[in-house]
Amino acid sequence: MSDETRLTELRQKFGRQPAAPDETTGAEPTPREAQPRFRGLESGHRACQGCGEALAARLVMECAGPDVMVANATGCLEVFTTAWPESAWRVPWAHSLFENAAAVASGMEAAMKARGRNTKVLAFGGDGGTYDIGFQALSGMLERYHNVLYVCYDNEAYMNTGIQRSSSTPHAATTTTSPAGRERMGKRHLKKDLLSIIAAHHIPYAASASVAFPQDLQRKVRYAMGIDGPTFLVVHSPCPLGWRHESRLTINVARRAVECGLFPLVELERGSLTNVMPIRDQRPVTDYLQLQGRFAHLFGDDPRAQQKRDHLQALADYNVQVYGLTGAGPDPADTGGAAAVGRSGVAAGRR
Amino acid sequence: MREALEGSQAIARAVSLCEPDVVAAYPITPQTHIVENLSKLVADGDLHTEFVSVESEFSAASVALGAAAAGARAYTATASQGVLLMAEVLFNIAGLRLPMVMTVANRAVSAPLSIWNDHADSMAVRDSGWIQLHAASNQEAVDTTIQAFRITQQTELPVMVCMDGFILTHTMEPIDLPSIDEVRAWLPPLEFDRQLDPEDPRSVGMLVTPDFFPEVRHSHHTAMRKSLEVIETTDADFAQAFGRASGGLLTVEGDVTARVGIVAMGSTVGTLQAGMAHYAAEAAGPALLIKLRSYRPFPARALRDAVRGLDTVIVIDRAISPGMGGILGTEVAAVLAGMPDAPKLVNHALGLGGRDIPETIYSDLLAAIRDPDAPAFSVFDADMEKLPPEDR
Ligand SMILES: Cc1ncc(C[n+]2csc(CCOP(=O)(O)OP(=O)(O)O)c2C)c(N)n1
Ligand code: SF4
Repeated sequence: MSDETRLTELRQKFGRQPAAPDETTGAEPTPREAQPRFRGLESGHRACQGCGEALAARLVMECAGPDVMVANATGCLEVFTTAWPESAWRVPWAHSLFENAAAVASGMEAAMKARGRNTKVLAFGGDGGTYDIGFQALSGMLERYHNVLYVCYDNEAYMNTGIQRSSSTPHAATTTTSPAGRERMGKRHLKKDLLSIIAAHHIPYAASASVAFPQDLQRKVRYAMGIDGPTFLVVHSPCPLGWRHESRLTINVARRAVECGLFPLVELERGSLTNVMPIRDQRPVTDYLQLQGRFAHLFGDDPRAQQKRDHLQALADYNVQVYGLTGAGPDPADTGGAAAVGRSGVAAGRR
Repeated sequence: MREALEGSQAIARAVSLCEPDVVAAYPITPQTHIVENLSKLVADGDLHTEFVSVESEFSAASVALGAAAAGARAYTATASQGVLLMAEVLFNIAGLRLPMVMTVANRAVSAPLSIWNDHADSMAVRDSGWIQLHAASNQEAVDTTIQAFRITQQTELPVMVCMDGFILTHTMEPIDLPSIDEVRAWLPPLEFDRQLDPEDPRSVGMLVTPDFFPEVRHSHHTAMRKSLEVIETTDADFAQAFGRASGGLLTVEGDVTARVGIVAMGSTVGTLQAGMAHYAAEAAGPALLIKLRSYRPFPARALRDAVRGLDTVIVIDRAISPGMGGILGTEVAAVLAGMPDAPKLVNHALGLGGRDIPETIYSDLLAAIRDPDAPAFSVFDADMEKLPPEDR
């Protein structure tokens, strides 16, 4: 190729504009497109099949938007929803760094106040960006009483960098930095009780939710959206890739986490426990563990496996006890009742 | 109106005149008085701003980032360890091309711990993509702060105003502060097209693949080069409105027949001016004093014009890159490379960690160029007697 041709080619290249988004096909809207729900997070992004975090974020956005703006920490959610020039977000959305979503959100909220606007600010982070590296900025945001709803999508490891342990990874789970081997049985430490630390800031509202109970999750989002002050929601969001379960099992896995007591669904106002989702029939933790490859080593011949299973069972029982998760008989608001409720009403009674 | 003000107090007042929507800062010597004065202005109702007292510099910069992205006029200030703790956010702010102003009360970086002045902090983030302007006096720092708010709005590049810690921040001087009406007339309201807005939702800070990344960097570099003109015209415009300039990109003063030029930034310039006034007529002889105000973008052409025809250029650094030498000196050498009849370059670091620079330095620097054995770079005021022989 002559220099001249090469140069022309380069010039053309340098003048290149980002491709325009595809024209709409003119096809009939899909049933989902035709639904009247607000879709702050569009489909078509790059999350893995069955990604709990993608589902959780969509559920949050449905009832939070459209008059919101989002500060998103680095992590799977940020990466799979963007990649210039495409974005799955239909609300103003900013990503800055891994550990500063709460501080960026604080600045956005201060700007809204200074400019006399009421747009609610949301901050999103994974468990790494929340429990670990972004913890200080989060604590500062809560203490300064910014009007921000912080949502932590808890998939219990650093998934975006390839499944490394975080302080939210459950005891005995394997990750690439807490592998099981001759000497070790997965993560040696406990899952950090973040919610109690958050509640200790005496903020108006802090709660846990799960993608297995979408209606309960959305009720909590709506409640938090109505509060003028800092609120916090941690959403248990299975990651099929990192937890090593089948993509189609995301909801099942999430539900069992709640039903066994390892992930209690609770609400705290100004630091006091105000509500819990009672468990109708507490499952043994093994029902939950055995669906996931990250706990596979707890089901082998190793004599320590039984010990670890017992330890996890004790942790679940402890949750049941301290949060009073044993219900007083069947209740529409317990795990059995809530599971029967779809997003459009009571599933069992649907037409 | 002229008032006797401490440097930090004057900066707080200047920032207040620019009416930022959001201020976020964390205390660190020698920037602390700026935050304290701003807090007092807010407490007294003289400044209406969302003042966010953050838990770290990291969050100070992040809050300013979020505020700027949401369309607010944002300000922060820090120094030394604070600059380094902010570093990740500073690159991010510049890469997002967000308008904002930050004062750096220049201070050495630990270890060893030093609260005194040098330029290691702002130099450490030299490649972050911020505009960096150095003030030689408190009046210049005040005027440059006001100008910075206009420059940042026009260029969508964040602006760092660097002023020497203690030497300027803690010195009382008569300062001419414009009135708020004058500043309002001169500084247009912030209109940031890319602001986060639910009416026109956009995503900022997205993942960028190798398909677009070099273009992003190229356009940032182009914007920085273009800002050279904005910095110059803003200063000229300011001079027209307020009757005094701050030195555009760089200024040259002294005897035009001199064969030697001295390039310096910040308060060192004042010391050299005083030294020159005393000693130029004596054995030391005359020199051209080149005060560099715009460090980023680097005014290569203006600097070449300023040194053309000189035999020697002495470059004063207040920071070093261990293993290389002076940072400014290295850059000036790069700018002079290839210039026909380029002057000989001599580079010295001076005043590191707050070592006092006396006026006699002027004569000492000029005398030193006559030494044929002098190294190309030295920490000029380091006392070798204090060091074991193997460290000399
Ligand atoms: C300061 C810093 N350190 C490390 C990284 C690399 N990093 C990017 S995302 C990530 C993990 C994200 O984990 P989490 O917050 O749990 O979110 P997930 O991807 O699991 O949704 C890490 C370690 C970074 N971006 N910035
Ligand atoms: S790795 Fe996990 S969290 Fe990330 S996109 Fe895939 S399923 Fe979702």
